[in-house]
Amino acid sequence: MKPTNITDPDYFHKVVDCQWACPAHTPVPEYIRLIAEKRYTDAYMINWQSNVFPGILGRTCDRPCEPACRRGRIEQGEQPVAICRLKRVAADYKSDIRDRIPQVPKKKNGRHIALVGAGPASLTVARDLLPLGYEITLFERDKLSGGAMRTQIPRFRLPGEVLEEELHYILDMGVNCRFGEEITSMKDLLAEDYDAIFVGTGAPLGKHLDLPGYQEAKENIHTGIEWLASVAFEHIDSIGKKVIVLGGGNTAMDCCRTSKRLGGDEVTVVVRSGFDEMKASPWEIEDAMNEDIPIINFHVPKEYIIENGKLVAMAFEKVKKEYDENGRRLLTPTGEDPVIIPCDDVLCAIGQDNSFPWIERDLGIEFDKWELPVLDKTTFQSTHERVFFGGDAALGPDNIITAVAHGHDAALSIHLLCNKEDINVRPNPLTSLDSQKMGIHQWSYDNDISNDVRYIVPHAAKEQTLNDINMEVELGFDEALAFGETMRCLNCDVQTVFTDQLCIECDACVDICPTDCITFTANAEESELRENLLAPATNLAQDIYVSDLLTTGRIMAKNEDLCLHCGLCAERCPTSAWDMRKYLFNTAKAENACQS
Amino acid sequence: MSYIRKPKFQHPELDENEIGLTRRDYEGTLTTLCGGCGHDSISAAIIQAAAEMSLEPHKVAKISGIGCSSKIPSYFLSKAHGFNSVHGRMPSVATGANIANKDLFYVGISGDGDSASIGLGQFCHIVRRRINMLYIVANNGTYGLTKGQLSATADLGSKTKSGEESLYDNIDMATLAIELGASFVARSFSGDKQQLIPLLQAGLTHKGFAFIDVISPCVTFNNTDFSTHGYKNTWENYIALSEVDFVPMRKEITTAYDAGKDKEITLHDGSVIHLHKTGTDYDPYDKENALHHINEHKKQGKIATGLLYINQSTSDLHELQDTVDKPFNSLGNHDLCPGNEVLKDINETFR
Repeated sequence: MKPTNITDPDYFHKVVDCQWACPAHTPVPEYIRLIAEKRYTDAYMINWQSNVFPGILGRTCDRPCEPACRRGRIEQGEQPVAICRLKRVAADYKSDIRDRIPQVPKKKNGRHIALVGAGPASLTVARDLLPLGYEITLFERDKLSGGAMRTQIPRFRLPGEVLEEELHYILDMGVNCRFGEEITSMKDLLAEDYDAIFVGTGAPLGKHLDLPGYQEAKENIHTGIEWLASVAFEHIDSIGKKVIVLGGGNTAMDCCRTSKRLGGDEVTVVVRSGFDEMKASPWEIEDAMNEDIPIINFHVPKEYIIENGKLVAMAFEKVKKEYDENGRRLLTPTGEDPVIIPCDDVLCAIGQDNSFPWIERDLGIEFDKWELPVLDKTTFQSTHERVFFGGDAALGPDNIITAVAHGHDAALSIHLLCNKEDINVRPNPLTSLDSQKMGIHQWSYDNDISNDVRYIVPHAAKEQTLNDINMEVELGFDEALAFGETMRCLNCDVQTVFTDQLCIECDACVDICPTDCITFTANAEESELRENLLAPATNLAQDIYVSDLLTTGRIMAKNEDLCLHCGLCAERCPTSAWDMRKYLFNTAKAENACQS
Repeated sequence: MSYIRKPKFQHPELDENEIGLTRRDYEGTLTTLCGGCGHDSISAAIIQAAAEMSLEPHKVAKISGIGCSSKIPSYFLSKAHGFNSVHGRMPSVATGANIANKDLFYVGISGDGDSASIGLGQFCHIVRRRINMLYIVANNGTYGLTKGQLSATADLGSKTKSGEESLYDNIDMATLAIELGASFVARSFSGDKQQLIPLLQAGLTHKGFAFIDVISPCVTFNNTDFSTHGYKNTWENYIALSEVDFVPMRKEITTAYDAGKDKEITLHDGSVIHLHKTGTDYDPYDKENALHHINEHKKQGKIATGLLYINQSTSDLHELQDTVDKPFNSLGNHDLCPGNEVLKDINETFR
């Protein structure tokens, strides 16, 4: 193998599994350390700069960081650090942040940007561009901003005041809000001569399930996202006693839990495939089950059963999982009698679609066969130079944190475009790599790893939460629990940096390493080297850090996979050939571009 | 030393040995030696060797004297028996323990100060008495604990960190052991675990007195370019007379060995040492040849390492003295105090 190029900004970034997995690349270990120090406001601001909605995301994020967390793979049964809940701690315990929000210049730069749809993607664009002097006009067909964060997430998961607070940090920076105003023609909007238009209209169309009986039962069949939006805007405040929720995603979980709070006594979730194939986040499934909502799997909906012109039940066919010769998963009927589940209402949460009826197809904005705009996945520019897309509107339904990441990237593109620079030349990320050495055995981070298991977050009493649709279920960690949880973080951003010229090959690092990461051996091709290490490196997603040739003709090879970042290698190293250095990585945003 | 405990987490795929333990189960407390000390590599090698051999920790006794070297037993096999004795007196304690219970594996750990200076007399006698044990000298050519004076194993012309030159020739512990009748003598280097681990395993298995002189650099006081016991000099000048591989008795032999190039030594319990030729056809059974090789290499400034000498036909102290088989602690009252009749018979033999 060739010596590892640690100056490649991606190399050490990849070692910080949580940050690498986060679409917005939030510097997770950095803010977790700040929480441990009770510097909640500082922790909040790190989040605010990366992911814009720490309080919202601290409750609702899909948490791609957590399955990636190293803590979850260092031992059988170990669970990842509760990153999302710690983010919420930063938001819950922070002090006033208004003086830390970037100043918006009074004198504008003369550029005017239109944002369509007031969801997380558009608001991120506004956040990034307002401090640079842009004028921002935000169109939203609803009377209130927030997009899916308001309409799709029930208030018992995301309290209204948290939502309002974080929306207003941005709106109050001076956005021209044109709410309750639906854009019906992109052609007209383009004619208004904005310097750029950003489309963040989400994926607003819920899918229907057209089965026999649909026409007669229509009154009592709702699509999940539209029904949730109506509940959010208080147009709907009740539902039948018996409710069937179709689908296994997060929308289904929100639908069933909301139904339970609006009068649904018997709420049943029915999914086509297996329980373990459900798309919903495990913790949301868990929360639904904690509210005594049964989830029935391997049942395929077949018919709406009508009696006297009214929906009374649904019929399902039982299926089992089989695999064809190509290894494809099939759902084959078991041949048993259909299962009849009585119901008054049905909520279809089986997926959602993009919809751009308002974008004329002769404007130079191309769409692919799935009716999604043709985009550059880095710049988020469409085939029309001035039109950008982000969030669910760009690449189809995903999550809030992805929408935020799109917003940052699109804002950067817009800023480059307005400065007549090449939007494909992206500025480098902002990185630093600094030694954490304080003394022979002292580091400026806490390297003593806690053996605690993942802390459980307290919940409000079920009897209360089920009776109040606006009462938050998760109470969040208190300061003591939060501190315990922060101590579980392995500080993966504090990197083991090896300087081969200093190494005397004494083996001190090899001998002390608790997880057998380090080996001094003859060089070989990567596949062979992975086998030759002290403990084999089988996780191919994780790199091997390889040094140049040492005095004895061997190389140092370190398996990044299971490194605990405990710093003992550096502590035992007599020549400081190993050093623990903190790698900070921030994606380049609009503010970092066009500075010349 | 370090301020934190070594994390409990270990590589999830770390092998369990035949008695269900991983290498981590053979560790001791966290070292308090200087970072980079060769002695830590010796602990690590012992840990690895014992784990691979599936030694039961409670069947091991580790005994040491005084010095940096003699701290080593704290850092491996915390579940084994241990005795940290008086300076240079480890051999006496080891002899006593061995006489009291011959069922244990005895690992004596000493240094060049402990064994070549204050304890040289004790060393000579334990070799001569053929105690069945593994005696390791962690040899760094300096008195590290008293801040770097020349020790008796420092080579002629070697210099201390402060520049003092050794005016005397060194005591070579390996040749001394061979001459005094040790039946297993090896030399190795803390930095080369590939060689050290099989030698430790062979030494532990060997029936009789096994001695390993391990060059173990003192990173703080004797790791300069003018020292012959530093990492640099040792890496450059150590020569393996043959490559060593050890196959424990119960293990299947999986490596292919070439009869023309390999020498097999079967130990008393059926374990096998494989010696792989590295150039010269070295015969470890020949005492004179061993001494010759060691001296010839030394003349050229080289360090001969590997299995230097083995003799499996000698008897150990227990055989020579016809001692009781059972450990003393398992003998009953009647065995220990057989009564007047027996005493009378014994007294009769002196009349």
